[in-house]
Amino acid sequence: MAHHNQPSKGFIPRFKNLLRDEERGEEEGCKDPAVERIVDGFIHFKTCVFDKNPEIFGPLAEAQHPKFLVFACSDSRVSPSHVLNFHLGEAFMARNIANLVPAFNQLRYSDVGAIIEYAVGHLKVENILVMGHSRCGGIERLMSLPQDGSTTYDFVDDWVKVALPAKIKVKSEYGNLSAEEQNAKCEREAVNLSLSNLLTYPYVRSGLENKTLALRGGHYDFVEGKFELWEFKAVVTPPINIPPVDI
Amino acid sequence: MAILPPPPSVSKNPFSSSALTPSRTSTIFDSKVKSREIEHSHLSLFTGFYMSSGLKLKAARKSVGLTKELKTDKMETKVGTANECDLFDEMKHRFLSFKHQKYMEDFEHYQNLANGQAPKFMVIACADSRVCPSNILGFQPGEAFVVRNVANMVPPCETGPSETNAALEFAVNSIKVENILVIGHSCCGGIRALMSMQDEEDSSFIRSWVLVGKNARLNTKAAASNLNFDHQCRHCEKESVNCSLKNLLTYPWIKEKVIKGILSLHGGYYNFVDCTFEKWTLDYEGSHWEESDKFAVKNRSFWS
Repeated sequence: MAHHNQPSKGFIPRFKNLLRDEERGEEEGCKDPAVERIVDGFIHFKTCVFDKNPEIFGPLAEAQHPKFLVFACSDSRVSPSHVLNFHLGEAFMARNIANLVPAFNQLRYSDVGAIIEYAVGHLKVENILVMGHSRCGGIERLMSLPQDGSTTYDFVDDWVKVALPAKIKVKSEYGNLSAEEQNAKCEREAVNLSLSNLLTYPYVRSGLENKTLALRGGHYDFVEGKFELWEFKAVVTPPINIPPVDI
Repeated sequence: MAILPPPPSVSKNPFSSSALTPSRTSTIFDSKVKSREIEHSHLSLFTGFYMSSGLKLKAARKSVGLTKELKTDKMETKVGTANECDLFDEMKHRFLSFKHQKYMEDFEHYQNLANGQAPKFMVIACADSRVCPSNILGFQPGEAFVVRNVANMVPPCETGPSETNAALEFAVNSIKVENILVIGHSCCGGIRALMSMQDEEDSSFIRSWVLVGKNARLNTKAAASNLNFDHQCRHCEKESVNCSLKNLLTYPWIKEKVIKGILSLHGGYYNFVDCTFEKWTLDYEGSHWEESDKFAVKNRSFWS
C-alpha cells in the first residue's frame, strides 16, 4: 500500500472532478491553500489506498480490532503513523501534550480514562505503547515552570504538572546536567511515570495479571533519527508466610 | 496466582517501589540493518493483524452497557513472547524503513523540523484506529498538531483544565496555528455510548467523558427522533462536531482570533463505510449569535 507518498503534481487535477461543492462556493473554497491541502490529501488516500484495498477496508468499516493503544505527543513531527508506519486499524491512538497518562482520577481526567477504558476494556488491545520524543515543548515547559507557582498558560501549565514527579526525580539525580540534557532525561522519565500511572487503572492491572497486556515505553529522537524501545514490567513475588512463634 | 500490589499512591516519588522498574533498553540504530521489502511485509502483517483477532465483526456496534459482560470473557489470544518479539521486530523494521525512505531522503527538511515546528493546522480527531488524519488526509510531519481523544470532543472552557484544552492553548497561543479542524467519523463508539446512555447506569470514564457532548445528544433527539438508532447516531456524530466548534468559541483567546480573521474553525466528517469526506467552515461574521445558538456555515464541500 502506498501510504505516505506525496501526490504528484500531474495526478491531482485529474481527480478534482471528484469534488462536489454544495454551495457553489467552490472557487472561494479552492483558493484557500489550507483547504486545497486537505482535498489533495484525501483524494490521494481514497484513490491510492482505500479504493485499492476493499478486502481490508470493508471489514474495517464493520469493526476495529487494533492490537495497540498508543500514547503519543500532539507535536506535528511525531505521528506514529509516520514514524512507526501504523496502518489504519492497527492502533487506537491518543495524542496529547507530552504524551502523558495521569493516574486514575474520574473527576479531573475522564478524557484519558475514557481512552484507556475503551481500548483495554472494550477493544481488548494487547499492547500499550507510551512514546516520548526529543525537544518536547510540553516537557520543556514543565522543566521551566517558575518556582513561585505563577503560570503563563492556564491549561498547559496545569496539564504538564501531571509529570511533576518525573521533573523532581530528574532535578535531584541530574541537577549537574545542562537544561537541554535534563529535558532529555525528563522526556524518558515522564514516559516511565505514565507507564506506572497506567497501573492505577483496574483493567490495565487485570490485563497484566492475566498476561493479556504488555506495557512498553518508547522515545523518538528526530534530531539523531533514532528510536529507543523498552518494556515496563511489574513483578510481584509470591508472599513469604511467616509462621506464628510458639511462646 | 500472583496478585498485583494496590496502586501506588500519587506521591512525589513513585519510583521508590522496587517492584516497578523499566527493564531492557534496546536502542534501534540505523544503517547496519538492511532494509527489507517493507511494503510487502506491511501488507501481510496488516492482514495478519485482522485475521488472527478472532473477535466478532459486530463488536464495535455493541453499546457501553455490555461492559460488565465483557469483563467475564478472557482474551483467548495470550500475549506470548514469540508474538511480542514479532510485533516489536516489525516495529523496528518499520522505523528503520521510515528513517531510510523518508527521513534520510529529506534530511534537510527533517533537520529544519527538528529546530522547530510551525504547523498551519490543529486537528482534533477520534482515537479510533481507523481514522488517523495522517493516513486519511495525508498530513506529513510538521503539518498538523494533533489531538486524539474518544469521540473527538472539545470540552467548553468552564469545565476547567484538561488534556484537550491544554493542547488547544499550546497550539493557538504558542505555535499559533491558523486552522482548527475537528473531524468526526462514522460508527463512532463514543457517540454510540453517548446516545445509548441511560440515567441509572454506573459511572465509568467513558460515560463521564462523553457527557461533554450532551448538547449534541439533546439536539439529535429533538431533530431526529423519527429516525432509527443508527441514523440518530450518524446525526449525532455530525452534531457533536458542531457542538465542539461552538465550545471552541468559549475560549476567549480562540474567539478573539476568529473575530480578527487569523484563525479559522472547520468541521469535518469522515465516513469510512463509503469513503467520503465532508468539510465545512464556521462563518463567524455570518452568524446571528443574538438570535440563535446555531452558527452559520460556509465553504461546505463533499468529497467522494
